[in-house]
This record gives sequence, C-alpha cells and structure tokens, in this order.
Amino acid sequence: MSKKITIKIDGKALKVEAGRNLVTVAEENGIFIPSLCYYEHIDPPLGTCRVCTCNINGKARPACTAKTEEGMDIELDTKTLLDVRSAIVEMMFSEGNHFCPACEKSGDCDLQHMAYEMGISYTRFPHLFKDRMIDFSPKRMVIEHNRCVKCHRCVEEIHTDDGAKVFSFCNRGNETIVSIDIEQEAKLSEEQAVNAMHICPTGAILVRGKSIARPFGDRQFDMESVKKPENAKAVKKAKSKKAPKRDKKVIATTSLAGCFGCHMSMLDVDLGLLDLIEVVDFHKSPITDIKKFTKKCDIGLIEGGCCNTENIEVLRAFRKNCKILVSVGECAIWGGVPAMRNTIPLAECLEEAYLDSMTTEPEENVVPYHEDLPKILDKVYPCHEIVKIDHHIPGCPPSPNHIWKAVSSLLWGDEFSVLYSEFKYD
Amino acid sequence: MSTSTDPSVVDRTKTLDCLWSFQNANGYISDGFLKQCAADLDISQIELEGIVSFYHFFHRQMTGEFVIYLNNSIVSECKGFLRVKKAFERETGNIFGKPDRCGQFALFETACIGLSDQEPAALINFHPFTNLNTLKVKRIISELKKGTPVESICDEVPDHIRFKPKGDKCILLKEYNLGLAIWKLQNMGRDGVIEVLKKSQLKGMGGAYFPTGMKWEFCKKQPATPKYIVCNADEGEPGTFKDRVLMNKLPGLMFEGMISSGYAVGAEEGIVYLRAEYIWLLGKLEDTIADFHKRGLLGKDVAGIKGFDFDIRIQLGAGAYVCGEETALLNSMEGKRGEPRAKVFFPTEKGFLNQPTVVNNVETFCAAARIIELGADHYLKTGTPQSPGTKLLSISGDCPKPGVYEVEWGTKVRDVLEMCGAEDAYYIQVSGPSGECISAKEFDRKIAMDDLKCGGSFMIFNSNRDILKILENFTAFFKHESCGICTPCRAGNFIIQRKLEKVSNGLAYSSDYEEIKQWGNIMGMTSRCGLGKMATRALLMALDKFPEFFATKVDQDGEGLNKKFDMVKALKPYEQFGD
Repeated sequence: MSKKITIKIDGKALKVEAGRNLVTVAEENGIFIPSLCYYEHIDPPLGTCRVCTCNINGKARPACTAKTEEGMDIELDTKTLLDVRSAIVEMMFSEGNHFCPACEKSGDCDLQHMAYEMGISYTRFPHLFKDRMIDFSPKRMVIEHNRCVKCHRCVEEIHTDDGAKVFSFCNRGNETIVSIDIEQEAKLSEEQAVNAMHICPTGAILVRGKSIARPFGDRQFDMESVKKPENAKAVKKAKSKKAPKRDKKVIATTSLAGCFGCHMSMLDVDLGLLDLIEVVDFHKSPITDIKKFTKKCDIGLIEGGCCNTENIEVLRAFRKNCKILVSVGECAIWGGVPAMRNTIPLAECLEEAYLDSMTTEPEENVVPYHEDLPKILDKVYPCHEIVKIDHHIPGCPPSPNHIWKAVSSLLWGDEFSVLYSEFKYD
Repeated sequence: MSTSTDPSVVDRTKTLDCLWSFQNANGYISDGFLKQCAADLDISQIELEGIVSFYHFFHRQMTGEFVIYLNNSIVSECKGFLRVKKAFERETGNIFGKPDRCGQFALFETACIGLSDQEPAALINFHPFTNLNTLKVKRIISELKKGTPVESICDEVPDHIRFKPKGDKCILLKEYNLGLAIWKLQNMGRDGVIEVLKKSQLKGMGGAYFPTGMKWEFCKKQPATPKYIVCNADEGEPGTFKDRVLMNKLPGLMFEGMISSGYAVGAEEGIVYLRAEYIWLLGKLEDTIADFHKRGLLGKDVAGIKGFDFDIRIQLGAGAYVCGEETALLNSMEGKRGEPRAKVFFPTEKGFLNQPTVVNNVETFCAAARIIELGADHYLKTGTPQSPGTKLLSISGDCPKPGVYEVEWGTKVRDVLEMCGAEDAYYIQVSGPSGECISAKEFDRKIAMDDLKCGGSFMIFNSNRDILKILENFTAFFKHESCGICTPCRAGNFIIQRKLEKVSNGLAYSSDYEEIKQWGNIMGMTSRCGLGKMATRALLMALDKFPEFFATKVDQDGEGLNKKFDMVKALKPYEQFGD
C-alpha cells in the first residue's frame, strides 16, 4: 500500500494513495471525470482522445495521463473546461459518421454516454461527412470506419497469443484509420474477438453473429447517469414547483427532410396533450393542415433537415414567422438518417436510384427534373446552417417528455430538467 | 536482402532503413516485401503497413523512374508554384498525385523541403532543383527523357550566407577549425562541460528553448545505461533552412557538439535523425564522420580521452513534419509510427529505446561546440543579458536577399528587414506556421527570448499578398501533417480548413471569426503535442493583428437568416440532370 496524500479537486480536499491514475482515483471518490480512450490496464495511458482535459496545477492536460501527487490542485468543472471537454466530444461526432439509430452499439456506446453526461444536444462544428469504408474483409469481424474515434484501445490491447498486433493505425492526419490484420485476426479465439468488440468504445468493431443489441431500457447507458446525486437534486427541485399560470401561445410545426417520427413523438405527449390544448393554438402544422402563415407564432418546431429548395423556403418562412425556432430530432439537428447520402456525391445517388437500379427499364429511365419539383441539394443540411436555431431537442425521435419539457420551458419559462433516460440520440 | 538471416533486418530500429533500401531499388514497397519484412521484424503485417503509410515518402504503389516532389509551401506558392506545377504536368503528361502508367515520371506535392531561399524548388529522385520556372522545367524533363542522369543536371545548392556579425560577435558562422571544441573536453571534465553550458545560458534552438546545460545534466544524472545523443536534423518547419546550411558548411561543428554532449552525459552512441528531404547532404555527413574516425575524434578513446568511446550514425527519416517533435522523432528512430508520446517522461529519463537520451537540434549542438571552443564569457558578450548569443535566421519570401543571417539576439525586426532589403514588408511569419505573425506596427520588436522568440524561419510577405491565402496554406499543411492520434488536432485542422473556405468564398459572418477564435483556442489547449497546440496560433494572431484585412471579408450577421447560404453551389450537382 503506498502512502496517503492530499489532492484537491475543485477545491475539495481528498485523501488518496500516491502515484495512482487521477481518473480512477476521482471515480473511487465519486467524482466523474469524462474519459473515452482511458482504459485502466493500458499503461502508460493513451492520452489520445483528450476528453478528460482538466487543469492540473494551473496547466491544461488530460487527467488520464496524470498520477496523483501530494498537493495536486485539479480544476475540473470550470465553465471553460466543461465547454472544452464538450467541444472534444462534439468534434468526434462531427468528424465521424455516427448514425446512432442505425448502430448496434447504441445505448452501450461510450461516446454516446459521454455526450449524454455532458448534455450535448448538437455539435457546434459542421459535420464533415467524410466518405469512409466498412471493412468486411476479415472472416469474423467487421470494421465500421464511420464510427471509429481513433482511441487506440484496440491497437494497444488486442494481440494474438504470439503477441502480434491485430490492429494498427494506418495513414496520417484526418486520413488516419484503424486497420485490421486479416491473417492475425484469424488467429484470435472467439473470446478474444468478442473482447475486441467490447473494448471498442463505439460500434466500430463488430463480430459477425455476436449481437450486442439489447432492448431499450436494458442497455448500459439507458437509464442512469453516473453523476447521480446532482441529477436527482435537480429533478426534485423541478417537481416541487407548482404549475405556473399560463397565457395562451401559438405553435407552428413542420416536417422537412424527416419521417414524421418526431411528430408522432409529439403526439405521444399523451395526456399532456390535453393540458397543451388548453394553453396553445396550433397554427401552420400538419396537425391542423394550415398551409400558410397568417400570423406570428410564438414557437416553431422543425422536424427534419434540408434536402431540397422547398425545405429551405419553408424553413426561412418559419424563421420569419416564429419568435423561437426549435430543431426537433436528429435530422433537423445535423441531417440524421437522410444525411447518410452526404458522403456520396448526389449524382451517384440519383444515378443509382433512377438510372442503374435493378428495376429500371433500359432507355426508359430518367432522373426526375421538372420546374414543379423542388430541386435537390448537394447534401442534406442541418437547419442551423440555413437559419438561426434557438434550441435543439435531440433524439430519433426525441422522447415525448423531453419535447414537452423543452417546449413548456421555452414558452413559459418552466423549470427545465430532462432525465438522463429522456436524453437520447436514438 | 530480405532474408531473415540478415541481422540488420531483425533489429526493429532498422525498419526505416530496410524500407528505404527496398524502395530505392524497386520504386515502391510491394506486398511481397511488406510480408517478408514484417516476418523478419516479427511484427504483424498491419503494424508495418501502419508504419509505411505514416511517412509520405514511402509508396505502396508503383511510382516511376523519376520521382518528383514539388514543394507546396507558402513561399513556393508566392514564387510561382502553380505555374511550375502545371509545367511539370504538361511536360511529363502526368497528374500530381496519380500513378504514372508508363512508370517514368511520378509527380507529388510535398511540404517545405528546406530550400525556401530558392523557390520554387523540387526534389527529383531526392536531388535538389531550385529556382524553377516553366522553361527550366521543360529543359529538365527533356534532359531526363534523353537519359541524362539526374545527379548530373541537379542544382548545386548555394548556402546564401548573407550576414555575420562583425569580429568576435560572430559565433556560429565564424571560421571553423576542426577539433577546437573536442580537444578541450578532457581538461574541462564532464562537469566542466555542463557548467560552461549552464553559464552560457544556451537554450535549445529547436523552438522549445529548454536550457541545454540543464538538459545534459539531467541526462548525466540518470543511472541507466546506455545513453544516447540524438541530433534532430528533421528541420521541417516551413521556411527554415539554416540547419541545411550548417550541415552543408559546418558538419564537423555539429558532430563536435554531439561528441561533447556524449562526453558530458556518458553516452557512447550519437544518432543524427536526418530528414529525407536532405538525403543529398548524406554523402557529405558520412564523409565527415569517416574523417573524424581517421583523426581519432570518433571511435575508441575519442581525442585521446581514455575510456570515452563514441560513434555517430545517421538515421534517415521518410517524410513527416511531426517527427521534428522530439518524442515523435524517438518513436520514428525506433522503427514505429512517428506519433508523439504522451508526456509522461522526459527523453532524458526515458528516450530512445527507453534509455536516457539527449535530443537537441543541429543549431544547438553547433552553438554548444562553439561555447566549449570559445568559452562562456565570450558567448555572453554577444546578444543581450536576457538572451545572450546569436541566432541563425532563415529569411525567405518577398525580399531581394533571401538566405541565412546570423544575428545577435536582441536585433530589431526593422534592422533585419533592412539587411535583407525588404521594402514593402506587410506580414511577417516568425518561426514558421506554428510561430507568430507580426504586422508593420511591431517592426521595432526585438528578436529575443523576452520579446519575439524565433526558431529560425522568417518569412516576409509584401502588401500584395493575400493573408487568407497564407493562412489557408498553413492550415492545409497542418491538416496534412497532423499525426492523427489526438482528436483536437486530427479533426480540428480539418474543421478550421472548412471554416477558412467559407471565409474565402465570401460566405462568412463576423460571428464566424469568433468561432474560429474559440475553436482555435480549444485546439491549443487540448492537443497532445506542439503541432496541434500551435496549429491555429498564426491564424488567431492574424485575426487580431490584421483586423482591417479581415473586415473586408465579412458582413454583419443577417437577422438569423444565414442569407449567405450558397444555393448555387448546393444545387450544382443536381442541375446537370436538368438538360
């Protein structure tokens, strides 16, 4: 047993063992330092993702590479540091192509988990939509390069019994990928292969036939935050408030490049809907079938991103006629599932769909183009790249509770506290 | 050479040498060789693939009889890069970056090749060709097509030493007599060498300015052996070339510095990590080493000091700017990907092969040798009290006399500009893209430790140059050279590049500048090594220092409508189906 020393985290003194990893020590003391690449038995620690950046003795550095020392003074949750850590996670989302609703690891994904804990509802950075491959060449595994965050865990940790590496970084800069050695992969035991899948913080490493998908509610990051006490307190506070008196407000909604799933979720507000009707009027919306704005609305709820000129026109009209504009759901926030086409040139998509598809008759195929048809954009754009968006409600679709709480908070200034279990990307 | 009985193949540290020798003979690294080499090294193929793909001078596809690397640094761009590039494409009938089907000419762009005083410049089979223009390219290619050997038509690279301080004030570039430092070692003793360096206040010239005497002392105190002396000759910062000149003119001085260091810390092996762009200097360096051996200045009992055995070898890099970062350089020497290490240990504790290692840059070793030769007092008489000594500047860009200038620390920017004849200096990038930029308001600043630090690169741009083009060039450079291991640098440079495109296309609002500043600061705060930390430094400084320039590029934000959404561009791919 090594000797006890004193360190300070955000002013709170802790008696801890000397020379131990800061992230682990903090966790043992109930303090959550977000981290992604950090994996306890990799020593020296990787320090690749930078999500655990904090100020140690006044200097910004990742907590995972720090060992506890006497008198260490750690700043963790300052405004700047919270913002910086969030930015790093946002960068990962905008750099990769993370389609949570379509991912096997969704709900068990460390990247998602970090973003949930940080309450990231949208990324400040533009999504880069770099075309990436899915590597099906290994017999047993599939490498989904769209989802890899280059944490280096698998490179360091997964070896064959002969000690050979199975994974390695290849290329450099933003071309960097984690590649797999097919020959070595074949030498792994079933157990080792499954371990590789589990060690991956996202869904980048998959083993064929080994599903990790579990039902909603049973997954690792469905229900409870690791920052329990704080969250519970906030919820209690919210409940203790009495429902305030409300003046009547006007809501407009629309679905752009979306599937109407978010509207379905709005209807799922359930009994809340009855309360809602008392206090709001729906104006332009698929719910009322009103096509044109005739008055100024208090709030506009936008589902879906912009994939054509009509979407842009509608979105701009909403901006003009709504005091507050909210992106509801992943598609409105960053493109979502329709944005899967963003990594592929439009011409290729259209040719594949209309000219070269299995069912098209030779010589009788044409890409639809008519003055009455909206024109298709080169890619699907998130709403906030076209107009200013005031609030984002993530989810695919967002949970009805989240929508209801966010809307009532925006309209009447209600105390706003979304449960961990209501804040999801899938 | 690819048999496992060859002892050189089994040693992991020979990985790069091995790859080089195969590529030199065959033009590229074939699948078969990769497999064989991985087996010999006893590593998995993918690990070797990872190493090969890290360095941009290694090719996995057939290249050509003549491999042409044209420098795309900002100075080259200013001096006619685009015209020269087109000329190469026209004359060879090939496109940059695409393999040549005939296997004759392969064209690639590359980052700064250390010839900024004579741009545009290119390497053809790693022989230098400088001051290129359309006519010269035409001539070169037609000669090569005729079968004239490359080495017979390549350019003799002049040193362009333009200025030395007068008399005793000249330190680095003063007349060199072989062995003056080494022969003093025995009398000074190991501690004496460290003492004189500490007294001289010499700091590392590579850009981190760590006190050299202290570094050597740390290493000396380490009990572990063997220890290593590593000379960082991976001079990759765009715009710098003073190490090239030092190695070309005074290779012996650099070796003397390394030998002195080896003596002081108790090392037996010195390694020069030479960037592949300087392969043409290799012969000279090797000849000098042989000469040192002959004179008893390398090998057993160096300079007659009983028990002091020291040898120097040269390790070639393979094209990666980040390998100038000392821990990345060590990884590269160990035959790994040149990724910087997490900063857990100093190289003096755990460096090359986890042994105590001194890593210094070429200029630092040269300065150390001079200090030993001349004494600390002599050295302290130059420069200023806070930053004594002299500094080599590599001056390039818009001035009539680009070249190497040895100036005393404390020299004013204005005086430097006068020396090199720059009349219309508008934007100066000091210490390269990762350094600082200064505007005309700051020409009275001094090049000194306590004012304007300078690693060597000094690029001058006149008022006709577009600052945005300069910064876009830097961002593209960092994006390409980022090692890819940490998130903020790998993703951040890409994101910033997109943002600059937006500014360049006239689609930015002033809020975009705010975002660039915030995002740049986040990269600076969180990146793993100096590359990412410094990548947005010039950009952030330029935004502050040239507000009048940037103001012309944006409008105020427009009522939340993002009016500047680029509809024309967004519809272009679809419109082709309309006709």
